[in-house]
Amino acid sequence: MTDFFQLLFSGLATGSIYALAALGFTLLWQASATINFAQGEFVMLPAFVMVMLLHAGLPLHLCFAVACVVSTLVLGWAFKRGVVDPLFKYGMMPIVVATIGLSIALRNGVRAGYSSEPQPFPQVFPDLLFNWGGVMVSASDIGTFVFALSLVLATQAFLTRTVTGRAMQAVAQNTESATVLGINVPRMIFYTFAINALLAAAAALLVTPTYLAKFDMGEGLGTKAFFAAIIGGFNNSRGALLGGLIVGVCENLAAAYVSSAYKDAVALAIFMLVILFKPQGLLGRKEERKV
Amino acid sequence: MKKLHIGLFALMLLFLVAMPTFAKNYGIHMFTTWLVFIIATMGLNLTVGYAGQKSLGHAAFFGIGAYTVALFLKFGLSFWLALPVAALNCFVVGLLVGWPALRVQTIYLAFATLGFNTAMWLVMRNEEWLTGGTFGINNIARPSIGSLSLDGNLAYYYLVLCFTLALALLLWGLLRSPWGKAFTALRDNPIRAESLGIDTRRYTLLSFAIGAVYAGLAGGLYASQVQFIDPSLFTVGASIMMYLMVVVGGPGYFLGPVLGSAVGVVLPEWLRFAQGWYLFVFGSAVVLLMIWLPDGLLSLPERLRDRRQSRLASAARAQHPMPRGDQA
Repeated sequence: MTDFFQLLFSGLATGSIYALAALGFTLLWQASATINFAQGEFVMLPAFVMVMLLHAGLPLHLCFAVACVVSTLVLGWAFKRGVVDPLFKYGMMPIVVATIGLSIALRNGVRAGYSSEPQPFPQVFPDLLFNWGGVMVSASDIGTFVFALSLVLATQAFLTRTVTGRAMQAVAQNTESATVLGINVPRMIFYTFAINALLAAAAALLVTPTYLAKFDMGEGLGTKAFFAAIIGGFNNSRGALLGGLIVGVCENLAAAYVSSAYKDAVALAIFMLVILFKPQGLLGRKEERKV
Repeated sequence: MKKLHIGLFALMLLFLVAMPTFAKNYGIHMFTTWLVFIIATMGLNLTVGYAGQKSLGHAAFFGIGAYTVALFLKFGLSFWLALPVAALNCFVVGLLVGWPALRVQTIYLAFATLGFNTAMWLVMRNEEWLTGGTFGINNIARPSIGSLSLDGNLAYYYLVLCFTLALALLLWGLLRSPWGKAFTALRDNPIRAESLGIDTRRYTLLSFAIGAVYAGLAGGLYASQVQFIDPSLFTVGASIMMYLMVVVGGPGYFLGPVLGSAVGVVLPEWLRFAQGWYLFVFGSAVVLLMIWLPDGLLSLPERLRDRRQSRLASAARAQHPMPRGDQA
């Protein structure tokens, strides 16, 4: 039983990182019908920004601050202006293809331009182990979980409690009425891209100490974030959190009790079950089919 | 225009028949790989370009075909038995995967097929008793026709060329049949197609399964060509590359896969010294292509013609302004 709880806690920590990436996914989808295939690379890039700055001798918290700024500018503003805006009128698939191209370009740009070797990254949380009635939990697992969870909840609070957040939701729900109501739609959409970029930078900070900074580190992360978003419900930001945690925990449990070799198929299996029986996701609303 | 097409086709055929006789072994290998990928992406073009289904799991079928042929040859069975079995395998698996996956559309389908690809890759990597795991299967034999051995690279190239032409003709015929028309109808307006009595579900499933068969045949030919296969050839990344080949060439254009495979297979081999940077440039080029030419490279002539026509039309309008009341 103690094994089970140990697996559960480390699963929650991994799951909360998936939730961060998945939340960005659903926000972009809601605000601008963008499916970002480069979501994993959006985590990889700030990780490398931090690695480079660490090599230059900056302390970690400063590196993270700079990475946030760079991320907002490049993955938020430039991505929106350069890729999404010109393609928006063609519908969903050209954006998907363009972000696939972008992910290949980013991954190989980092590999060819920086390094193909995994880069070490300092621990963010102290190297401690807590013993709760026989269950060993590491400080890094707790820290990751708490940090990620509070970010997700803060984003939710921002979306539901502040005027700007509500305006963003209005844009997501009905762009035309939002325009009529005098909401600055392009700006709200930019905010969404900026939040996605910031969440990606935070995910980079949490994931890199364990997985190391490598050019292809985003490969699995992006797909799992997407599966998590669908499992939870694509038109619901709370769904991303639920989906992320479900995927993280199930993966960890399946690796221990079923087969570690097939761990990466767990997210897929849950995803298939969900789209077969509840295609709108666990917390999602049904969307009407448009003619 | 028709004459030009036939002329172009004849020229291409001449090139494909004559060119490898001048090439060295490595060149022949590259041409053969190109043809193999043309077969695979022709199938994907049917699924993606003509029927409009977003499939990101094509490399899984390519792999199923390759492993079927490799295992059959390993057990000493004939290549000519293995290849049809590979095709049949892919058809059945295509139906089995497509049936649940095609309940969902666009991006959901893309991720469902992508997940299927991951699952197949895990099976190839983990089931060592069958697939040899990460060590793969080596010493895959080349086939022979009667007493005519196809061991030589050039002979094998011509075999693959025959398959490519036969499969291209088959696809051409299929697309011109009522079935083919149903595929495109379903891509352009699924709801209207449905109201005209086309069983959308059955046709999407069929387009998916036939696409899978093409991938399986290509995989089988590939296994015997390179004589060594391992799971790294059939990853999600490989599927994404195939999808991009179709999109870059021009989805829904018959010759799109020919151009797309050249960009996706021949160019990177040729520019091997710049591997990482090549992919960087390729990825960036895909982004730019989507912005400027979202229907692929082969849509360029059409785009230029449209532009010229609209320029001519606006010039004509400027010279002869329409009388009032006639403006629609």
